[in-house]
Amino acid sequence: MDNANIKNRLTKDRIVLYAVSLFAGLMAVPLLAILGEVLLRGYEQLSWSFFTEPTPTAYRAMKAIKAGEPIPGGIANGIVGTMLMLAMAALFAVPIGILCGVFLAENPKNRFSQFVSFLTDLLQGTPSVIIGIVVYIWVVVPMKGYSAIAGSVALSIMMLPLIIRSTEETLRILPASLKEAGLALGGNRARVMLRVQLPAAFGGIFTGVLLAVSRVIGETAPLMFTALGCSFIRFAVDKPISAVPLLIWEFFNDPNLQELIWGASLFLLLFVLTLNLTAKYLAKKWNQ
Amino acid sequence: MNDRIYRILLFAAALVMPLVCGGVVYALVTDAREAFEHFGFFNFLTSSEWSYTEGAEQYGALPFITGTLMTTLLALIFCIPFSLPVALFVGEYFKGTRVAAILSTITDLLAGIPSIIYGLWGFYTLRPLIIMLDISPQGSGVLIASLVLAIMIVPYAASLSAEFIKMVPNDLKEAAYSLGATRAEVIRRVVFPVAGSGIFSAYILAIGRALGETMTVTMLIGNTNNIPNSITSTGNSMASIIANQFGEADDLRLSSLIAIGLILYLITAVINMIGKIMIKRARIV
Amino acid sequence: MESVIPILEFKKTCVSYTKQTMAVKYVSAAIDRNTITAIMGPSGCGKSTLLRAVNLMHSLYPNIRVDGEILLGGENILSMEPIDVRRRVGMVFQRPAPFPTMSIYDNVLSGYVLNGIRLSKAEKDATVERCLRSVALWDEVKEVLNKKGTFLSGGQQQRLCIARALAMQPDVLLMDEPTSALDPIATAHIEELMQELQKEVTILIVTHNMGQAMRISSKSMFMYLGELVEYGDTAAMFSNPSDERTKAYLTGKMG
Repeated sequence: MDNANIKNRLTKDRIVLYAVSLFAGLMAVPLLAILGEVLLRGYEQLSWSFFTEPTPTAYRAMKAIKAGEPIPGGIANGIVGTMLMLAMAALFAVPIGILCGVFLAENPKNRFSQFVSFLTDLLQGTPSVIIGIVVYIWVVVPMKGYSAIAGSVALSIMMLPLIIRSTEETLRILPASLKEAGLALGGNRARVMLRVQLPAAFGGIFTGVLLAVSRVIGETAPLMFTALGCSFIRFAVDKPISAVPLLIWEFFNDPNLQELIWGASLFLLLFVLTLNLTAKYLAKKWNQ
Repeated sequence: MNDRIYRILLFAAALVMPLVCGGVVYALVTDAREAFEHFGFFNFLTSSEWSYTEGAEQYGALPFITGTLMTTLLALIFCIPFSLPVALFVGEYFKGTRVAAILSTITDLLAGIPSIIYGLWGFYTLRPLIIMLDISPQGSGVLIASLVLAIMIVPYAASLSAEFIKMVPNDLKEAAYSLGATRAEVIRRVVFPVAGSGIFSAYILAIGRALGETMTVTMLIGNTNNIPNSITSTGNSMASIIANQFGEADDLRLSSLIAIGLILYLITAVINMIGKIMIKRARIV
Repeated sequence: MESVIPILEFKKTCVSYTKQTMAVKYVSAAIDRNTITAIMGPSGCGKSTLLRAVNLMHSLYPNIRVDGEILLGGENILSMEPIDVRRRVGMVFQRPAPFPTMSIYDNVLSGYVLNGIRLSKAEKDATVERCLRSVALWDEVKEVLNKKGTFLSGGQQQRLCIARALAMQPDVLLMDEPTSALDPIATAHIEELMQELQKEVTILIVTHNMGQAMRISSKSMFMYLGELVEYGDTAAMFSNPSDERTKAYLTGKMG
C-alpha cells in the first residue's frame, strides 16, 4: 500500500518533468518554422540588385510575371528609409533618453522622478499603433503631409522608454564607491557622472540602445500613418519615405509584388535577430 | 560643467516624459471628441454599427472591443500551457544549466521577431493548415490571430514568471523536500504559492502586450466589422480596424478611429499599471 | 533482537562535491536509538554535509556524490527512494523556514499535504495539537492557528519547523545548527525541548557551540577536514579528549 503510493507519486513526478520539458521544447517549433520558411523562400531573391534597386511598379512586376521572368528591382528604397529614420530617431532619443535615465538614477527618491518613472512604464506599454495616431496628429497634420520626420518622431518615442530604463538600471547597479571616490577627489557631480559613472556604464547603455533599435526596426503600424511609403529612393526628410517593414506590408497587399515578400522579410529578420543577439552577447560580456 | 547647468539639463530631459505622455492623451482626447459628441460616449461604446455610407454614417466600437477582448483572452489561454513549462524549465528544473540558456535564447529570439513577420507566417503557413484541417473555411479569423498572438506573448510571460520562480528561497524548497515531497509536489505546494503573485502579474503584462498587438491581428483576423460570433469567425480588433482604415478615413470616421485608439490606450494603460504595481509588490515579498 | 541494531549507522560514508575533493571522508559511526548526538568541528569540516547525507538532501544536486553506506534501521538508505527516506528522517534547518503561504495549522500538516496523504478533520486537529504541544508552542499559538507562520518570532518559527518535522513521526531528527539564528532565551527553550523529544526520536545535531553540545548531547562527534576524528561520550570527550586536534578545538586553539 505504502510502496504503491510512493511509486504512484514518483510516476506523477516523472510525468510532470516530461510534460514540462516537452511543452517547453515545443517553443522551438515556431521559431524554426518561421526562420525556415523565411530563409527557404527568401534566399532566392537575395541578389545584389535586391539591395541596390528600388521597388518596381506593379505594372513592371506584372509584365515580368507574364513574361515568366523574376520580378525586377529590390528594397533599396526601404533600406534607405529605415536607416534614415532610425538615424534621426536615435539622434533625438539617445541623448534625451540617457539624460532622463541619469536624472532618474541621480534622484531616486524625488517625487517628480517617481512620476517620470511611472510615465516611462506607461509609454513603454503604449501600443505602437497609438503612437502612430498621435504622431499623425502632432506632425503629419500640421506639416500637411507624411514625412520621414514624422516617421522618426514615432520611432524615437518608442525608443525613449527603453533607453531611459537601461541607462537608469545600469547606473543603479554601479558600485556606490565609484561615485564616492570620484566626489572625494573633488569632482563635482556633473564631472563625476561624465568622467566616471557614464564611462563605467557605457556597456549597459550601449546594449540598451541596440535593443531599442532592434525593437523599433520592425515596427510597421506607426509608420503607416507617418512615413506612409515611397516607391523610389529618397533622402528628403519632409517627404513620404519608405521602410523595410512598410514594403513587406505593401507586398503583402499587392498580388503582383508578393514574390518580393520573402526577400524583404529575410533581410528584416536577419537584421533584427543579429542586433538582438549582439546586444545580448555584449551585455553578457560587459557584465563579467 | 557647472553643477547648476547639469541639474537643469537633466531636469529638462526628464520634462520630456510628461510632455510626451501628456501630449499623447491630449491629442487623442481632442481628436476623439467629435466622435464622442456626435454619437454619445456610451452609445459609441455599445453600438455595433460601422457604416460609412455618406449621410448615414454610423460608427460604434463594440465589435472591435469584443474582437480585442476575444483575441486577447484566447491568446492567454493558448499561451499558458507553453509559457508555464518554459518558466519552470528555465527557473526551476534546469536552472542555470546550458539547456536552460538555450531555451532562453529561443524565447528571446521569438520575442525579437517583428510582428509583421509573425503575420506573414500565420497567413502563409498556419492559415492553409487551418483550412486543410477543416477548422474554418476561410482560415482567417479570431482563432488563428489568437494562436499567433499566443506564440508572441509566451516569451514575455515566461521570462518574467521564471524570474519569480527563481526567487523562491532554496530554504523553503529544501524544507519541503526534507518532509518527503517529490519535485512536482514541491512545485505545486511551495513554488507556485510563493511565486504566485509574481507569476500572475507576468500574465497581466502579457495581456497588456496582446491587447495592442496590431500587424499580426490585422493580417489574420479577416477584417470584417461584425461582432465575432464564434472563435472561428472573422472580425476586427481595435488595433486592426485602426491599421486598416486610418489611412483612408477622414472627418467623422477618422475621429471615430481615434476614439477607438483612445479606448485602447486607456485599457492597456490600466492593465499595464495594474501589472507593474503587482510586480513591484511581488518583488518586495 | 532489534535493540542490537543501531538506529543509524555510517559505514565508510564519503561525500564529494567535485571529483578531486571530498567533503566527508570515510566516516564510520553507529548511533543508538533515543539519544542526542552532537556533531562538532570548525566551519568547513563537513559536519553539515554529513548531516544532510542522512536525509539524502545531496540527491537534489546532481554533481554531489555520496559513497559508502548509511544504514537506517539496518537498511542502506543510499539505495532507497529519497522521498521514502526523508519521511522517516526529519530535518530542521539553520534558519527557520515556515512556508510563508501557509497558516500555522497548515504548516504543521504540510508534510501530509506534500506527501498527498489525506487526513480527517479530527486527525488533523489531533496531529496539530500533539505536535505543537510537543514543541511547547500550543499554548502560545492555539488562538492564532489560522495566522501565517511568518508572524511568529524567530524562536517560535523554529519550534514550528520542529513540529512540522515531528508531524511525520520520523525515526531520526536532523538538526543543522537550529539555534544559530536565535537569541539566547529562544535557544534555551529549544535545548530544553530537545531533552524531552529524545524520548520519541533520535536526534543528530550539528552545532559549533561547544556549550550546547555539552548541555544536551550524550555522545559527540568531532570532525576535522572531512574526517571523523573522535566519537564517544560527550562528557568523556570534553574532560579527556584522546586526539590532539579535538583538544585544540575544545580549548579554543582552533576554528
